[in-house]
Amino acid sequence: MTAENTTAPLTPVLTKRWLSPRSWTIRTYRQLEGYTALPKALQAHPDQLIQLCKDSGLRGRGGAGFPTGLKWGFIPQGPDGRGDDKPHYLVINADEGEPGTCKDIPLMMADPHSLIEGCIITCYAIRSSFCAIYVRGEVLHCIRRLHAAVQEAYQAGFLGKDILGSGFDCDVVIHAGAGAYICGEETALLDSLEGRRGQPRLKPPFPATSGLYAAPTVVNNVETIASVPYIVNGGSAWFREMGTEKSPGPKIFSLSGHVERPGQYEAPLGTTLRELLELAGGMKDGIPLKFWTPGGSSTPLFTAEHLDVPLDFEATAEAGSMLGTTALMIFNETVSVPWAVLKWTEFYAHESCGKCTPCREGTYWLVGILQRMLRGDGTAEDIDTMADVCDNILGRSFCALGDGATSPILSAIKYFRQEFLDLCERQRPPASRRQTATAATAMAGAH
Amino acid sequence: MDATAEAAERDTFGAELAARARQIIARYPRERSALLPLLHLVQSAEGYVSQRGIEFCARLLELETAEVSAVATFYTMYKRRPCGEHLVSVCTNTMCAVLGGDAVYGALSEHLGVGHNETAGEPGTPGSITLEHAECLAACDLGPVLQVNYEFFDNQTPDSALELVRALQRGERPHPTRGAALTDFRDVELQLAGFFDRDGRSLADEVDGPSAAVETLRGAKLANDRGWNAPPMPDDAPLPQVPEKRR
Repeated sequence: MTAENTTAPLTPVLTKRWLSPRSWTIRTYRQLEGYTALPKALQAHPDQLIQLCKDSGLRGRGGAGFPTGLKWGFIPQGPDGRGDDKPHYLVINADEGEPGTCKDIPLMMADPHSLIEGCIITCYAIRSSFCAIYVRGEVLHCIRRLHAAVQEAYQAGFLGKDILGSGFDCDVVIHAGAGAYICGEETALLDSLEGRRGQPRLKPPFPATSGLYAAPTVVNNVETIASVPYIVNGGSAWFREMGTEKSPGPKIFSLSGHVERPGQYEAPLGTTLRELLELAGGMKDGIPLKFWTPGGSSTPLFTAEHLDVPLDFEATAEAGSMLGTTALMIFNETVSVPWAVLKWTEFYAHESCGKCTPCREGTYWLVGILQRMLRGDGTAEDIDTMADVCDNILGRSFCALGDGATSPILSAIKYFRQEFLDLCERQRPPASRRQTATAATAMAGAH
Repeated sequence: MDATAEAAERDTFGAELAARARQIIARYPRERSALLPLLHLVQSAEGYVSQRGIEFCARLLELETAEVSAVATFYTMYKRRPCGEHLVSVCTNTMCAVLGGDAVYGALSEHLGVGHNETAGEPGTPGSITLEHAECLAACDLGPVLQVNYEFFDNQTPDSALELVRALQRGERPHPTRGAALTDFRDVELQLAGFFDRDGRSLADEVDGPSAAVETLRGAKLANDRGWNAPPMPDDAPLPQVPEKRR
């Protein structure tokens, strides 16, 4: 972790252009070094770009942190290195919907061309000539900005046939989703993009060999691909000046909730919540921190004990959670943990696609148990029942949605068991149940 | 079906819509990928996905209507009953809820006298409003948020949301915090299908609507104020070499 000693507390790379007037236009983008990485990339051999991406250590920004260059390298290229007989595809996962996550939408609104330039370079690297950007449907203004950026890129000759005289062709399509969290799961996204219900596929085969239309496909997150032009221009050594050895680069941290100045803060990976809170003015009204998520609701909760955990892929995992999408949802001590967990569990139950039994049934019953507990009708055994149900979901579901659903519950029981027990205490004596149930409801809204 | 109704159907799913549908299909390597945008297109015509809309998609993509129905019923944004002139979606996921989103939803539900996915007023008529609670809308730093026709109204309170909805009912169209000037649900569905050339408007007219909230820019601005930067890039960073056989 040499980087923290040498870099500034904030390192705006992806967010730097956001301050410029009409930052979303190709004019502004080109004034600020935009589309300078593309000609450099097109003069290189595609394998040089894959190697560059591997060397940079760039890891997927969509939550899982898979090494991006490695993913690109999985695309079969045939004996002559010119691709096999099937077309290759690039699909951008812009279906941002993980609770707490709010980085890709502002990025695409403020600086859509950085994503488009990244898409073209990535397509060239993986020998694809078609890219679909799958954006969740509820963000119309973002979709507008992407459509406009794609039009501008075609007009400037950065998309279409024989880009910059290189002989390379590339088309980008903006595809609006229709409201389904599950489509953020890459294989569900592919099914959805094929015009089907968005339900995950069994893996293997992985998208690298059997993705869109059963052809080799790279699926990458918005922030990941928007980083590519900077890596091409700056090189892997420059990228590695930020962050940690295994989690290099800058990252957009999204602070929300009970902080004085919530917002988007781009800092090197490995920055701690304590450092970020200081930049964001501390806890709102000075009310102490109770719990937080390092990367969305699917990442196990942290508490004030974890303020100094470096927010990179390794350290968050070591501390018992996951980096996820660096969506830092911050809750102060007025918030009921069981109530927050119920709200998240209702979300997972609503968004469970129904394909596999553990997730479909498990999330349904978890909601029921949590509702019962918050009504004041729970028992201490309910806590064990929830843990048991989670055990039947975690690792037994078709995709990560089910696993994610267990994260808030299991971590809440781990750190805040007493709060669940207190809810059970309130139901005794039975004669006062109605009254205490009201109290529980009142506490649920205490904020 | 009488002659007037038949004429109306021809009109709704007429040449113009079919031409747009063919444009959508042409965007994709395989036709069926057009189904999601086609369903948005159908909603722009009728304000919801009707059985006739399903048949329209099935005919164009050579699918069974059951296959189209299976898709249409999977996604939250496809409405199975006619939607109001405006769709008001309030985020009630944990973060927005804790910041007041539940109270916003409660206030609107009481004022409109409707629950989730219900419409106050005759659907489609001026001032009619469909209310729904939404899952996380990816604007958590701006919570509690709500959307009108998928345009953002940030940092809401029950009072500000009530004022907004009353204005919509009066036929006014307050400007979103982030987004383009409000139109109506059917119009935005056409945009979601990828068409911005309607009623003499163009994408250029709408793309400049505000987007960057104070919160969005906070980190970048703080860094700028304090002179903090990412490390400087080298002038000409070399690309790695690849094995000779690959060149």
